Amino acid sequence: MSKITLSRAINEGLRRSLENDPKVMIMGEDVGRLGGVFRVTDGLQKDFGEHRVVDTPLAESGIVGTAIGLALRGYRPVCEIQFDGFVYPATDQIVSQLAKMRYRSRGHVSLPVVIRIPFGGGIGAVEHHSESPEVFFAHTAGLRVVACADPADAFTMIQQAIASDDPVIFFEPKRRYWDKGEIDPAASLDAALPLDQARVVREGTDVTLLSYGPMVRTCLEAALAAEDDGRSVEVVDLRSLSPLDLGCVTDSVRRTGHCVVVHEAPVYAGLGAEIAARVTEACFYHLEAPVLRVGGFAIPYPVARAEDHYLPDLDRILDAVDRASAY
Amino acid sequence: MKRITTRASRLVRPAVATPPRGRDEKEWHVTAELTAETVQLLTPAGERVNHPDYPVDDVDIRGLYRDMALVRRIDNEAVALQRQGELALWAPLIGQEAAQIGSARALSPRDMAFPSYREHGVAWCRGLDMLRIFELFRGVTHGAWDPEEHKFHLYTVVIGDQTLHATGYAMGIQRDEAEDEAVIAYFGDGATSQGDVSEAFSWASVFQAPLVFFCQNNQFAISAPPERQSRVPIYQRAAGFGLPGIRVDGNDVLACYAVTRQALRAAREGQGPALIEAFTYRMGAHTTTDDPTRYRLASELEAWRQRDPIERVQAYLTRSGEADAAFFDQVQAEADELAAKLRAAVLALPDPPPLSLFDHVYSGGSAILDAERAQYAAYLEGFDEEQGARR
Repeated sequence: MSKITLSRAINEGLRRSLENDPKVMIMGEDVGRLGGVFRVTDGLQKDFGEHRVVDTPLAESGIVGTAIGLALRGYRPVCEIQFDGFVYPATDQIVSQLAKMRYRSRGHVSLPVVIRIPFGGGIGAVEHHSESPEVFFAHTAGLRVVACADPADAFTMIQQAIASDDPVIFFEPKRRYWDKGEIDPAASLDAALPLDQARVVREGTDVTLLSYGPMVRTCLEAALAAEDDGRSVEVVDLRSLSPLDLGCVTDSVRRTGHCVVVHEAPVYAGLGAEIAARVTEACFYHLEAPVLRVGGFAIPYPVARAEDHYLPDLDRILDAVDRASAY
Repeated sequence: MKRITTRASRLVRPAVATPPRGRDEKEWHVTAELTAETVQLLTPAGERVNHPDYPVDDVDIRGLYRDMALVRRIDNEAVALQRQGELALWAPLIGQEAAQIGSARALSPRDMAFPSYREHGVAWCRGLDMLRIFELFRGVTHGAWDPEEHKFHLYTVVIGDQTLHATGYAMGIQRDEAEDEAVIAYFGDGATSQGDVSEAFSWASVFQAPLVFFCQNNQFAISAPPERQSRVPIYQRAAGFGLPGIRVDGNDVLACYAVTRQALRAAREGQGPALIEAFTYRMGAHTTTDDPTRYRLASELEAWRQRDPIERVQAYLTRSGEADAAFFDQVQAEADELAAKLRAAVLALPDPPPLSLFDHVYSGGSAILDAERAQYAAYLEGFDEEQGARR
């Protein structure tokens, strides 16, 4: 076991998939020779060749549209969308075609396409490089939408996503690319937690924090800080945003009686709204406070020098924990 | 095999200039006559014209006639069924039989076709049970056939999306190093304005994918004429993408067959993609919800009736003695029988059971979806317990 960065963990997962299945191929802008702008695909073209790691024309709809065609031919394309804010040109192909082809064909067609998207803010970027568009895809039936939060999960989840016969939108927490953690290269995928399940990453008894992607680490830091106040906070990494693993969530909330959902995406009509509604319905008699949400404001993603106000941080999360506890 | 030349390079100026405005714009299609660049092997009067690049001595013209006559009859039956409330919608192909039958009969069994939503003639040639198409337009499926069974992909309704799927599929053929396969992508003149179609041209060219883009320029994107889509003829746009572009008389089944066959051969032989513009005319409405009298003159339709794709083949077969009245009567009888069978099958189609709505969203289950299904099943059972009183 060795400590590697999250971006390296995805790289290792991709490498494993390329080795294990000749139908797996990687395609996207700058993924080959350059190794991706975040170096997630570093070295893969060199080792697997230009036929399996394809530098594409600069056209997101083309990337997803041709990936659909390749999947129809029996391939398992893994597409990289360079940044979250660049996925929209591909929206039609994702929503109208990729998500619906199985349903349209009554199960005759499977499209095992993975679309990797680095998402979220916190890296001081210019416009269109810090967005959290996950809810657009979570709202689209037929897609699996997942987010990894740490290197160990990133390593297994990317392999599970590639092995899935459904299209998977795979969100990578770009500001955590350089976080280090241990992966177990010998780990069997069969033994790993299934792709569509949530996970308790820190146990607690007083409040449940639900989060995913880059906010999981922030929630863990908040839970640690809450310890000083004598408050025991449980943190759940949702991992799968669609379909949601509600069982894990309600188990936790029934124990703690308090629930706070945290994401970078705007609170308004965000994933937290769906979770709050479902938790309220499923755990009504266990809740001691309304489900609270912490997230982005109902504004376009702000400028880099002000993004700290927009992004939930430890203090804003603790504030919500306090408010929930005070009910 | 000789490669199709990039004919676009021969023309410096566009053959079609800015259309006049207003009422005259409606007449524009009539005046936009086929240019000398257009490949034609059978004139509207049914006279054979030889073209050195496109020998068609080996073609079963009687068979092509039969295909066209049958799909026109099926098309007519579908319109009637829609008018009688048995189909929700139909997209008539009338006028485009030659473009579809000619191009589709040029396909080998291993070639893959990506249709838009009007390619009933292509579906016929691929051997798809035509009831599948009627199911779609009745509203009991979204298509639901297995694309690989007849190498005929599902109908694609969002304009132009399928051109990228075709490109990806062709890239897959390259990766498989399959030398005897190619892909054909069907789309219309309106689709050429979609970004995805430009991306498909670009990708197919960059990767030299074994793909034929087959554009049926039927002169209408619902109501908008081709001049609203492009300042240059469609086939000339290929040059900018590095593709050979060729215009064929889309009402000439022989020309459509010969040109498509050659382009497919070139694609299979690794010479890359090509764009064929089949210059044709949509003699019917866009769909059964449409009223073309709002945007075209009866005289224009009449002018195109003189170029009817089926009548010219009938004239040729009659004149050449390759077919007699008995043959035409026999095809007509076969067409009527086919239409009657389809009608009966359509009327017998059951609505899908309500809980089937929840099937085939994912490869496996989903807890959220399973819960919704169970909840709705329980809700429906509540009605059953009341002996259907509230139904």
